[in-house]
Amino acid sequence: MNRQLNRLAVVAVVLLAALIVATTYWQAWAAGDLQARQDNAIQQVVQFTIARGLIYGPNGSTVLAANKKKKVDGNTLFFRRYPNGGLAAQTVGYATQSHSQAGLEESMNDYLTGSNTDLSNAFHNLLNKLGQATVHGDSLRLTIRPGAQRLAQRLLGDRCGAVVAMSPKTGAVYVMASSPTYDQNLIERKGGFAKVLHTQGVCGDASALLNRATQGLYTPGSTFKIVTAAAALDTGAYKPSSVFYDPGYCVEYGQHVSNAGNPDQGGPETFGHLSLSTGFQHSVNSVFCNIGKQLGAQTIIDYTKRFGFYKVPPLETPANERAASGMYKYTKQGRVLTDDASKADPGRLAFGQWTMLVTPLQMAMVASTVANGGVVPRPYVVEKVVGPNGSTIRTTKPHTLGRAIKPETAAELTDMMKLVVSGGTGTAAQIPGIQVAGKTGTAETGVDHIYTAWFVSFAPADDPQVAVAVVLEKQENGFGGSVSAPIAKQVIEALLGR
Amino acid sequence: MGTRPLSLRNRELAYLVVVGILTGVGFASVYIASKSQVSGASLTYAVFFFVLYLAAHVVARFTVPLADPYVLPIAALLTAIGLTEIYRLGPTDAFKQGTWIVIGVVVFALALVFLRRDYRLLENYKYLFGLGAIALLFMPLLPGIGQTVNGARLWVHVGGLQFQPGELGKIALIVFLAAYLREKREVLAQGQLKDWGPLLVIWGGAMLVLFATDDLGSALLYYGIFLALLYAATARLAFVAVGVGLFLAGAFAVYQGTPHVRERVLNWLHPWTTTKILCPQNGEMTYRQNCQSYQEVQSLYSIGHGGYGGTGLGSGTFETASGHQIIPFLNTDFIYSALAQELGLIGAAGLLLVYMVFVLRGFRVSAFAGDGFSKLLAAGLTFGFALQTFIIVGGILRVIPLTGITLPLVSYGGSSIVSNFLVLAGLMLVSNRANAELEGRLA
Repeated sequence: MNRQLNRLAVVAVVLLAALIVATTYWQAWAAGDLQARQDNAIQQVVQFTIARGLIYGPNGSTVLAANKKKKVDGNTLFFRRYPNGGLAAQTVGYATQSHSQAGLEESMNDYLTGSNTDLSNAFHNLLNKLGQATVHGDSLRLTIRPGAQRLAQRLLGDRCGAVVAMSPKTGAVYVMASSPTYDQNLIERKGGFAKVLHTQGVCGDASALLNRATQGLYTPGSTFKIVTAAAALDTGAYKPSSVFYDPGYCVEYGQHVSNAGNPDQGGPETFGHLSLSTGFQHSVNSVFCNIGKQLGAQTIIDYTKRFGFYKVPPLETPANERAASGMYKYTKQGRVLTDDASKADPGRLAFGQWTMLVTPLQMAMVASTVANGGVVPRPYVVEKVVGPNGSTIRTTKPHTLGRAIKPETAAELTDMMKLVVSGGTGTAAQIPGIQVAGKTGTAETGVDHIYTAWFVSFAPADDPQVAVAVVLEKQENGFGGSVSAPIAKQVIEALLGR
Repeated sequence: MGTRPLSLRNRELAYLVVVGILTGVGFASVYIASKSQVSGASLTYAVFFFVLYLAAHVVARFTVPLADPYVLPIAALLTAIGLTEIYRLGPTDAFKQGTWIVIGVVVFALALVFLRRDYRLLENYKYLFGLGAIALLFMPLLPGIGQTVNGARLWVHVGGLQFQPGELGKIALIVFLAAYLREKREVLAQGQLKDWGPLLVIWGGAMLVLFATDDLGSALLYYGIFLALLYAATARLAFVAVGVGLFLAGAFAVYQGTPHVRERVLNWLHPWTTTKILCPQNGEMTYRQNCQSYQEVQSLYSIGHGGYGGTGLGSGTFETASGHQIIPFLNTDFIYSALAQELGLIGAAGLLLVYMVFVLRGFRVSAFAGDGFSKLLAAGLTFGFALQTFIIVGGILRVIPLTGITLPLVSYGGSSIVSNFLVLAGLMLVSNRANAELEGRLA
């Protein structure tokens, strides 16, 4: 009988061994998936026994995210509160009990919950766990300047749009305003989320959760002429003094592309002979149309890539809350990026009225590049990660994304952008005592007299400290120079301490 | 060879000391985790526990001096792990469980004392055991004393005492099978129908009662034990094949006919749905993970939360923020998911290895036994122990559909503890006799 007994023993051991394999599967292989499940009741509790780190501004006095302690059945639980609810809401994001998250609350969750595998706090957390003490997360110190941020949000009001301000030298983001905003404290309140979802703005159903600064894609209009001019000068094909003849239109594919109807253009309808510089100053479409025809769409697209187009710009917010700028085409799968120059109309592309779509962050990066002597700064919004005991866990060091254009080209572009503000389409951005360099844009939306109004700028022009991009959606007879430039002006004044 | 019996029992004593120290450490860590301090109270538990098993050891020294020295310390370790976790989940239940372990040790001691001369006399009462098994299984169906818990009618309630007679029915059925198969193994192997009669009547009766009480876990366990012993006795794989075929056909029929079973299978195959389905409990449309498979899914989250090293004894999360227990039946059916969370992969795999060592010792006892009844008895008790572990832990880990049954010696529950102490007594009696025969002390 012992042969059968041996076989039975093998069966029994195999059954038990299968249990060890299955346990290994759930605890090692599938543990991450289980943890990410929305209905995971343990995670819902665990998250609330952790004192999440704070999120605050550069001087520490403006707290954007904090915790409220509550005793529930002898357990100390922490509930998230946003003392300045709505301020930079789309960037800060939210973290809720049903553990849905957005913004930095989502992307920096590991730091905020102290679960990042940093040696310095791993040991500390282990001790805490053994003693069942509260785990304290790391705090985030942002580069956002609360005063300027608040001003930008107030200036945007209930209009739909965005303001991005950043340091052209370091890439530190000072202002990231998306309007309309929402109060993060509402998210967990009964009916609050629905209220946020149905926020109404001047533009209609406003999607307040959308971070327009990083994921809003807009036709750049004449602000794109900065990139076209950069290509024209940097390739050596043109100089600022190069002379053009403007008959009031440009001929493309045997047809007239008229300046008339360019709401951004200043001065007379027909300029006759003029320099590239003057064409830029007054935003004359025919000049750029001709440059585009001469350079070809491929060269312009190549230059956009140097400025960072066709890539999702780096930032600490979640990747799915940022969008890449570039030409888009519409397919059955929806909107997709395309860099196929053969399908592009070089003339219309050159003055920013083709299928090119850009984010405000990308345009702030374009202005920063010009201000920074041709080198693209890498944007960042988290200045420091601070441990629970005040020690510095991580400091963001400024980086660049490479050189886009030659320093001479940047200098020439700066001069041309100064002319726009001093005596061109952007005079509304003038600040006494400070030279502002800028470019207006008023993109057609397909609906008559409804425009996307842009202003892209930096100041002071000779020693740039701040670059600002402003966009306003669906402006009825509102032009970049008239509605967006004043916002940029006030934000610059606030940031430069005026 | 005069020193050998002493050395066997001394080894047992040494292992028990190790288990006693482990128990002390376990209770101390639970206490530290919940009160952030060390207390003498946790040590009291460990000392009490050690003294209890010391008593069991002394009884073994006098009644079964030549028994296997491993199985008692392993059983002590398993009950210690279970008691520690039950204590951590709720001290009230731990006190009751402690009382049941005392009763279990007493039953163990009585079995050793009464059967120390020759347990094989049990063979003479095989039909009594067979019919007794069915009677025990049938008890919960009797009006007045039967009680339904969690959809299955498994409990008997007499004068404030709750009992699950099915657990003892398992032991009785194994004794019957071992005795009957020992006697009829040759004729059964030849396939004469009249010899199958009593076997099929008793076994079929047991299966019928189990389906009547909706105790699917036990039904699976009994079926497995029956096939295993039939194979061990007859060496005919064909019988096993037929048995498995009948099982599959029966399982399919039950699946078609019983919504309760169909739900279990769906919970096993698709515990998570992405579309909302009807929840029969409250009549609302919701995801299956929030309704039918809630228990299974939350139990998996508990296991996953443990990771490699676990949260540590006493530091796991088993309650919602408002203090409600997340997993129902945590200290009985789902104690493995509680242990896996707090002890992690290292602890859970270690626990399963302890079961494996126990099972291997059990089969060793069976292999060294001198007669067919002893061999089949030890093999039946051991295989049943292993299969029961597989059915509940495999159900929790989604290896097989979940059927509620206790984890031997670890789960909270008096009947289960007592019946598993009888398993232990059986193995020690068989191994004592086998070793004595090998030494020529008994003829």
